Amino acid sequence: MQTEIILKADQIGKFFYSPEKFKVLDNISFTVNKGEFVSLVGKSGSGKSTLLYILSTMDTEYQGGLTIDGDLVTGKKQNALAALRNEKIGFVFQFHYLLNEFSCLKNVMIPALRLGRYSRKEIEYRAYEKLRMLGMHNQALKPSAKLSGGQQQRVAIARALINDPLIIMGDEPTGNLDSRNTDIVFEAFQKLAQEFGQTIIAVTHDNDFADKSDRIIEMMDGQIVSPHFNP
Amino acid sequence: MRDQYKHNIDTDISITYIVTSKRLTLIASLGVTIGIAIFIFMNCMTAGFTQKSNAMIFNNTPHIRVYEEDQISKPLFKNNDTNMLNLISNPKIVPRSNRIIDPERIVALLKSQPEVTIVTPQIAVNIFYNSGMSLITGNASGVGIMEADQMFAIRSTMVEGKMEDLEVFPNGILLGVGVASKMNVKTGDNISITSSRNITKVMKVAGLFKTKNSLTDKTKSYISIHSAQQLMREGASYVTDINVDVVDFNKAADYSTRFSALTGYKAEDWKAANETLVSAANMRSVLVSAISLSILLVAGFGIYNILNMTISQKINDIAILKAMGFQSSDVIRIFVLQGALIGLMGILAGLLLAILLVFLTSRIYLGGDIGYFPIVFDTYIFIKGSLFGLFITLLAGYLPARKAANVDPVSIFRK
Ligand SMILES: Nc1ncnc2c1ncn2[C@@H]1O[C@H](COP(=O)(O)OP(=O)(O)OP(=O)(O)O)[C@@H](O)[C@H]1O
Ligand SMILES: [Mg+2]
Repeated sequence: MQTEIILKADQIGKFFYSPEKFKVLDNISFTVNKGEFVSLVGKSGSGKSTLLYILSTMDTEYQGGLTIDGDLVTGKKQNALAALRNEKIGFVFQFHYLLNEFSCLKNVMIPALRLGRYSRKEIEYRAYEKLRMLGMHNQALKPSAKLSGGQQQRVAIARALINDPLIIMGDEPTGNLDSRNTDIVFEAFQKLAQEFGQTIIAVTHDNDFADKSDRIIEMMDGQIVSPHFNP
Repeated sequence: MRDQYKHNIDTDISITYIVTSKRLTLIASLGVTIGIAIFIFMNCMTAGFTQKSNAMIFNNTPHIRVYEEDQISKPLFKNNDTNMLNLISNPKIVPRSNRIIDPERIVALLKSQPEVTIVTPQIAVNIFYNSGMSLITGNASGVGIMEADQMFAIRSTMVEGKMEDLEVFPNGILLGVGVASKMNVKTGDNISITSSRNITKVMKVAGLFKTKNSLTDKTKSYISIHSAQQLMREGASYVTDINVDVVDFNKAADYSTRFSALTGYKAEDWKAANETLVSAANMRSVLVSAISLSILLVAGFGIYNILNMTISQKINDIAILKAMGFQSSDVIRIFVLQGALIGLMGILAGLLLAILLVFLTSRIYLGGDIGYFPIVFDTYIFIKGSLFGLFITLLAGYLPARKAANVDPVSIFRK
């Protein structure tokens, strides 16, 4: 299997200045291959979320360089970054974060409507497909606020998938889920990586989840401790 | 193959926000509705007052009056020759007749101006109406009645007799109803009048008129130019004023300076002749503009507040949208559109409310010299009100929207 580098972090560092100057990320360098399923683990406060926000291009205040899909994204303008996120990155948040006023289906459709690659009909069809993959197609027309936490999280994952992004990033995507829902999400991620060659980077505190993934990157005090591969 | 569809998702989101927060939307719209309605209503009222007051002015003032101004003697004649004495005198009116020389030439000259619609010579005569032992002071206008009617709409004020009879009877007179009731005369009776040059003539009442101004009705009468010349002990070419009406009376002041140079006589426009009324009208319109604009501004604050509220409620949504690749301009569009739609609904309802208010007010009967409440349905004011309203709502939407566009999603997700 050919290995194509999809994301490259090159000596990324970051400071927080309030309440006092403090180095939250220190010289972080690693690469992620296309189709890899990577878990990011580490103690609370070790800087996992901070790193993920930088990798997702939402946080632009850092040192070092970030390359996504062969393009150096460090230093790009906000609008260019937004377009890149829309097309190439899917993001799943810990606290599901759906738009409450919209149905599940509409929530999933929104990033695709913004991108405008397909007609509305096609987008609707594709949104159903993504919801089906996560077992949520029966709830498609429900208002998102009327779902359980686990169901909302699955809809949010479907939304992250709608534009067939190169990379799917999740900050504790299974943090609030019971084991049954966690398994559904894990299997979906694994399928995306193995069958569609999409790359997954997920922050997790769940050791089972991390152990089952392709690779674990462990962080401690803003540094990478042990990049090691699972057998 | 990329980006080939334009789905207007921003519009979708705006409309969803409006539909899901009906109560807030309604309150903000209602603010705009009331603001717009009051703005239009008050301005229509001012326009009505101004129209009424102009109508009263034009009842007996022409757009431009051309006459010979009194000359004041110079108080000091300075001699350049040092051997001669300087002459000092009390300033006083130079004893000269106020007649216009060769009025036919001046009338023809004025008539040849393209912006002039009516030109009619007139003789103003101060008179007493003799009623037994008592005298009633008043004034008579010596006019060609047909032309004067075009200018002052005399026919529409007639309550008795026939206007044309003024020219038919040898010594016809049209009396104001106030004069007639004091003199206790009616159409067909004879009355005697005495001029300031002490000529007394017996006149036959050809008809009575009633204007919107009761003071005019108590003093004024119309007589023929010929009678006026007799009362002034003058010949057939004697004329004191030439009245001119122009196409656009708002430009009368500009024309009057030109006519003045053209004829060599003083040309006074109606605004100069009615300074008090005109400045009162100006004051009124400044006051009303200030009040009605402030009300509109308050409505704008309503939208501003409600959008601010929506944005702080939706701050998570904004962060998610930005994380998913919505640009700052998308966020601005979402909320400006929301403000604009609220404003548009408010404006439409405001227009309807204003139409209703203007209509109902125009039905109020005040009586007296005024009659029905003076208010005009002026489309220009409706358009102006809508445009002001739209401008203020867009501004009130833009300011909070810009704040929303600057939301940093990371700082929201960290909480
Ligand atoms: N806005 C901020 N200003 C200052 N310090 C911050 C800020 N955000 C995070 N930190 C600090 O940076 C460090 C790393 O935080 P981060 O959220 O990346 O940790 P994390 O590994 O995701 O932890 P957790 O597992 O609890 O989510 C922590 O010590 C945190 O207190
Ligand atoms: Mg975290």
